[in-house]
Amino acid sequence: MATVMQRIDMQKNGIQRRKPEGIREVIAGGVARGARAYYDLARSRYQEALASRDAATKVEFPNTGYFLPVIYAITGHKVETLGDIQWVLDEAEKLLPPVPSDKLWLPYLGETLDGGMAALWLAEVIEALKYVGVGPAPVQGIWLGAADDVIMRARGVEFVDGSAPGFAAVTGAAPDAETAVALAREMQQKSLYVFIAGESRGTTFADQLAEAGVEMGWETRLVPFGPEIYGHIYSIGFATRAAMAFGNVKPGDYKGTLRYNKDRVFAFVLALGEVDDLKYAAAAGAINYGFPTIAETDIPEILPTGVTTYEHVVSNVPPSEIVAKAIEVRGLKIVITEVPVPVAYGPAFEGERIRKEDLHVEMAGPKAPGAELTVIAENVEDGKVTVVGPEIDEVEVGSTIPFGVLVEVSGRKMQKDFEPILERQLHHFLNEAEGFLHVGQRDIIWERISKKAVEAGLKFEHVGKIIHARYHADFGGIMDKAQVTVFTKEPEVSELVARAQSAYHERDDRIGSLTDESVETFYSCTLCQSFAPDHVCVITPERPGLCGAYNWLDGKAAFEINPTGPNQPIVKGAVIDQPKGQWVGVNEFVYQNSHNAVERFNAYTMMEDPMTSCGCFEAISVLLPMCNGIMTVDRDHTGMTPCGMKFSTLAGSVGGGAQTPGFVGHSKFYMGSSKFISGDGGIARLVWMPKKLKEELREAISANAERSGYSDLYDKIATEENGTEEDEVLAYLTEVGHPALEMDPMF
Amino acid sequence: MTDKKKGNGYAKSIDPAALEMLKVAEEKGISTMFSRVDEVSACPIGAEGACCKVCFMGPCRFIGKEKEEKHGVCGASLATVAARNYIRSCAGGASAHADHGRTIVETLLAVARKQTPDYAVKDPIKLRTVAGYFDIETEGKDDLQLAEEVALAALNDWSKHNEHQTYVKRAPKKRQELWEKLGVTPRGFDREVVDSMHRTHAGGDQDAEHIMDQCVRMCLASGWGGSMLATDVSDILFGTPKPVTSEANLGVLEAKNVNIIIHGHEPVLSEMIVDAAQDPELIEYAKSKGAEGITLAGICCTANEVWMRRGVPPAGNSLHQELALLTGAVELMVTDIQCVFQGLVGVANQFHTHLVTTSSKARIEGAMHVEFHEDRALEIARDIVKMAIDNFPNRDGGQIHIPSHKSPVVAGFSHEYIRYMLGGKFRGSFVPLNDNIVNGKIQGAAAIVGCNNPRTTQDEGIINLVKSFIQNDVLVLVTGCAAHASGKHGFLTPEMFENAGPGLSEVCETTGMPPVLHVGSCVDNSRILTILAEIVETGGLGDDIDQVPAVGISPEYYCEKALEIATYCVGSGAYVIFGGGGVARARLGRRHRDPLLGLGREVRRQAGVHPRLARDLRGFHGPHPEEA
Repeated sequence: MATVMQRIDMQKNGIQRRKPEGIREVIAGGVARGARAYYDLARSRYQEALASRDAATKVEFPNTGYFLPVIYAITGHKVETLGDIQWVLDEAEKLLPPVPSDKLWLPYLGETLDGGMAALWLAEVIEALKYVGVGPAPVQGIWLGAADDVIMRARGVEFVDGSAPGFAAVTGAAPDAETAVALAREMQQKSLYVFIAGESRGTTFADQLAEAGVEMGWETRLVPFGPEIYGHIYSIGFATRAAMAFGNVKPGDYKGTLRYNKDRVFAFVLALGEVDDLKYAAAAGAINYGFPTIAETDIPEILPTGVTTYEHVVSNVPPSEIVAKAIEVRGLKIVITEVPVPVAYGPAFEGERIRKEDLHVEMAGPKAPGAELTVIAENVEDGKVTVVGPEIDEVEVGSTIPFGVLVEVSGRKMQKDFEPILERQLHHFLNEAEGFLHVGQRDIIWERISKKAVEAGLKFEHVGKIIHARYHADFGGIMDKAQVTVFTKEPEVSELVARAQSAYHERDDRIGSLTDESVETFYSCTLCQSFAPDHVCVITPERPGLCGAYNWLDGKAAFEINPTGPNQPIVKGAVIDQPKGQWVGVNEFVYQNSHNAVERFNAYTMMEDPMTSCGCFEAISVLLPMCNGIMTVDRDHTGMTPCGMKFSTLAGSVGGGAQTPGFVGHSKFYMGSSKFISGDGGIARLVWMPKKLKEELREAISANAERSGYSDLYDKIATEENGTEEDEVLAYLTEVGHPALEMDPMF
Repeated sequence: MTDKKKGNGYAKSIDPAALEMLKVAEEKGISTMFSRVDEVSACPIGAEGACCKVCFMGPCRFIGKEKEEKHGVCGASLATVAARNYIRSCAGGASAHADHGRTIVETLLAVARKQTPDYAVKDPIKLRTVAGYFDIETEGKDDLQLAEEVALAALNDWSKHNEHQTYVKRAPKKRQELWEKLGVTPRGFDREVVDSMHRTHAGGDQDAEHIMDQCVRMCLASGWGGSMLATDVSDILFGTPKPVTSEANLGVLEAKNVNIIIHGHEPVLSEMIVDAAQDPELIEYAKSKGAEGITLAGICCTANEVWMRRGVPPAGNSLHQELALLTGAVELMVTDIQCVFQGLVGVANQFHTHLVTTSSKARIEGAMHVEFHEDRALEIARDIVKMAIDNFPNRDGGQIHIPSHKSPVVAGFSHEYIRYMLGGKFRGSFVPLNDNIVNGKIQGAAAIVGCNNPRTTQDEGIINLVKSFIQNDVLVLVTGCAAHASGKHGFLTPEMFENAGPGLSEVCETTGMPPVLHVGSCVDNSRILTILAEIVETGGLGDDIDQVPAVGISPEYYCEKALEIATYCVGSGAYVIFGGGGVARARLGRRHRDPLLGLGREVRRQAGVHPRLARDLRGFHGPHPEEA
């Protein structure tokens, strides 16, 4: 299906589109020529860089901890300076395949895959050199360039917990902008990340989306890396870093990296428009990772299986079928909930923003009251939605209105403890509708609905319909019926707020009274075993999962919903060591479920058999030996820390399901818990943390310190302003008289 | 095409080059194997394995209708006699392969000890892999140090008294357990052969089944020992093969060049001859004698060795050895060991051709002998090449007749390269092969191996099988003289994918490989064992070799080595079919039904002999695929 543009091209060049000859000539030959072209460009850019720069010039993707990640993961070679690139060029040159002969050719598949790998390394060099200032700027206009580790971790977690089933590496442009939008929407609705780089038909997929006014960026899962095909090295780099961060794959262990990606990262290449030699080379690189190529145009197919799970290259698939075909070929399983709304719906719309000029109505927020409340009730009429107050077409455009949502549920397995869990989901459920923005929870909600969504027919009653549909889909195991009342006027909203506040208060008291001692059962979380196969989270009332997303009640509810799922009850059993937090039952469970990798587990100390880390922890605490204390850094902090490693480096070395004494990953919430490394002396050991994190956790840390008898601890905790070297921190601690200095040695 | 001749009433060959040269032989009245086979009829009693001459109370022959009831002078039954004959044949074959291996390992030791300046470790990666099999620590050791340790450890495998051979552990776990259970896990090779010869002395082991068990154990000692070490250490010294292009058949000889043929089995000398023949100084010397250059070509398995590593063109399989000299264009044929026939002297004498033997183990009356010593390897090789050049002016131009037939070939599929081919440096594995067998694109693998035999039409059995297997989506692996046959008839070209079935052809197009893979010489049948073990290890096709949909066939076998290979393959769980030459020219259709057909009929028929091997296929050593 040649487009107008192609036809023009053909007429201009006076050629007919050539019928592809076969795998050898078109693909193997293409990869050989393509890889050579990558090599020539990388080599000349490298020489250009050296002409005006020192070989010691620093080379990096900003705020990433894995050097040039593809090269690092596959070869173990660290590129830190311009000079380090020489080795990469030399090694890549050795992998460049010859163009197969027309007669009596030698086998080419192995060589072709090697050529693909060389192309990846060279593309990574080409992109890295852009950050040094050689070649076009990597970040400009709609193009985002390299993703830093904060993004990689936050987004990588979605691959871990299944909220993103995989990613599509889109290269080239759709036949027209309309098709591009349809493809993007289809992939968004299937929760796929869409990584975009490379052009065809004289434009790019991202330009087509921009032209149609589609919002892009990490929040929308539409990620434009770069206009050139080389930009897809960020897609591969993303997958590679995930293997190192979550899979505990060591740099240089190329088999581990590639196997991890083939088995666990569901990615595929979507080739739109003409596939040129450069794209063939990149696609061959992707096949090394087990990522197949699905092409719109009529290129030779590689159907025998083996290197990828199913077919390697499938072609001639029309745009309307291409996403479905890709999902099939990659072996992806996607479950979609049909939500009865007139707009697109899916996790990809969660991060979408609604600017003032696009605003139809703003609900609650700083200017009007609002609250959400989910409660157990009797006589619930399933599916009933009532709007009390004006509907959306009756409110003034651009206005702010009071807004309340009351969800009443019933079900035999429903427990009062599950109310807050269900309630908290409203944030995600509502955000996933296109044109709907939801911020905050409880009585601090703030919502917006866009003009476009209203034009498409979205109404307040859909809030109820969304909640009803999603509660059934996600919580059908514990809840049978749900009815929703939406309040859009006073005094009903203020009445709901008052009722909700008393419910919140009651819940907080109840959760506050839950301690590790007061329960007999903890919950496991092995959700991340899809990525870190030996990791087991043990969730106790006083210690949530290290990702911060699952607390003890969540575990309990999840077990009710899915009794064979990743959250299983762990009967504590006899105490082995109370201060360190070791129990017979927990040890047994962890041993079995870590596939015999972890024999013992201590809940309250980081110095001896600490909990393992999958790599998705919100924060990590690290022993500072000179200070006799610990430092804590969270994933948002990109700077250096007193232990000599950035968060990303720490995450890379501690993640993957290994026990590392002296290091422990945990949630932020855990820092306010009385059980926070209580076996090592507790919160008083905390000597350093990033300023931003410190401010965020001010109340929790102060309260915890107060309980432990260190009422003035908060101000004595150093931040990066006091130093990022351990001796600077020590000097500060001595000056302020930090209690850690007086405590027993940590080890 | 085929030339129906008198005698046994079958065509001599399906190879047009061979037929052309046989005409020349006939015209000149020169005797060859092809003509002598009609003059010498096979002894029917010996052919059946029914003649006992292990002592001098006989020889005792078992003939007549009541032969089953007969006994030798000592009282031996026909079964005992057939089993003794079989194991003694296998001992000869196994010794040939294992001793070939020992020579190679000794060369490695000489390299390590700097006693031979002309050889080196060409594949240090494989050296480390092999060191790993011997549990030798590789860290921090240089190539030579490691080579010495590997060579000494390997040599020790020949002489182990009671411990098992090291490579046994490369077999699938289940297979090792079965060997253990049956008591056939091989000890040191030398011990197994001595044991076999001892027990078959008159008045020794006289229980046919018991003799056959020892036969399996001895042959496994070669397959998973001597032969496998020959292959591995050859790779270490000369490089692990990967595909190269070349041309096959007598047409590779050049009328205007000095033509040298290397013939035999070991790569040790032939590698040096290749170096010498490429030496610009010697090429100049050839020109000074009126030639345009030097052409080196190979016959038999030494040809396979330098073909797959150096691209030296193969002039043909073992039945081509006399035919090559009949061209009148060969200045010199240099030989080492095995399958080099005395009949060559008679042919060489009709021309200016020098026949030069080099091995201390293989002299031929009437041939020149230049003994090979590895410490002066290149010097000796240069001397031999120089002899050939000096012989060029003695050529009789009127006598020259070089057939034009030759076919392009791609050869050199070591199991290491097959791994690489299926996934490259980073994803290399047997997974794609297993996957495509599981999903049915490839129906299985057939190893067509072994010799030529003038008692059957040369190449016909081999080529019929190759053709029909690939048409039916069966991947074919070839070694030895079957590899030559496939090459001569065009089956080793990648273009041949068009003649393969749809599934196999798709896999060929994806990988670029021909549907018929040249895996090496006859000692390299050990590579097929490794491939089978890797297929099992990769998973999806059962947990032992007997479950892999694979078959080994030697349609035109002629020698004791072939029996030994058949036996170690059976003992390894492979499905084996022997047939064609030997005694009866059975039709292919029937041949498929009967494993080991073509062995001496009594070997096949006798309870405890053939059933011991056949039962091996049917549950003893694994189920029979046709029955599974």
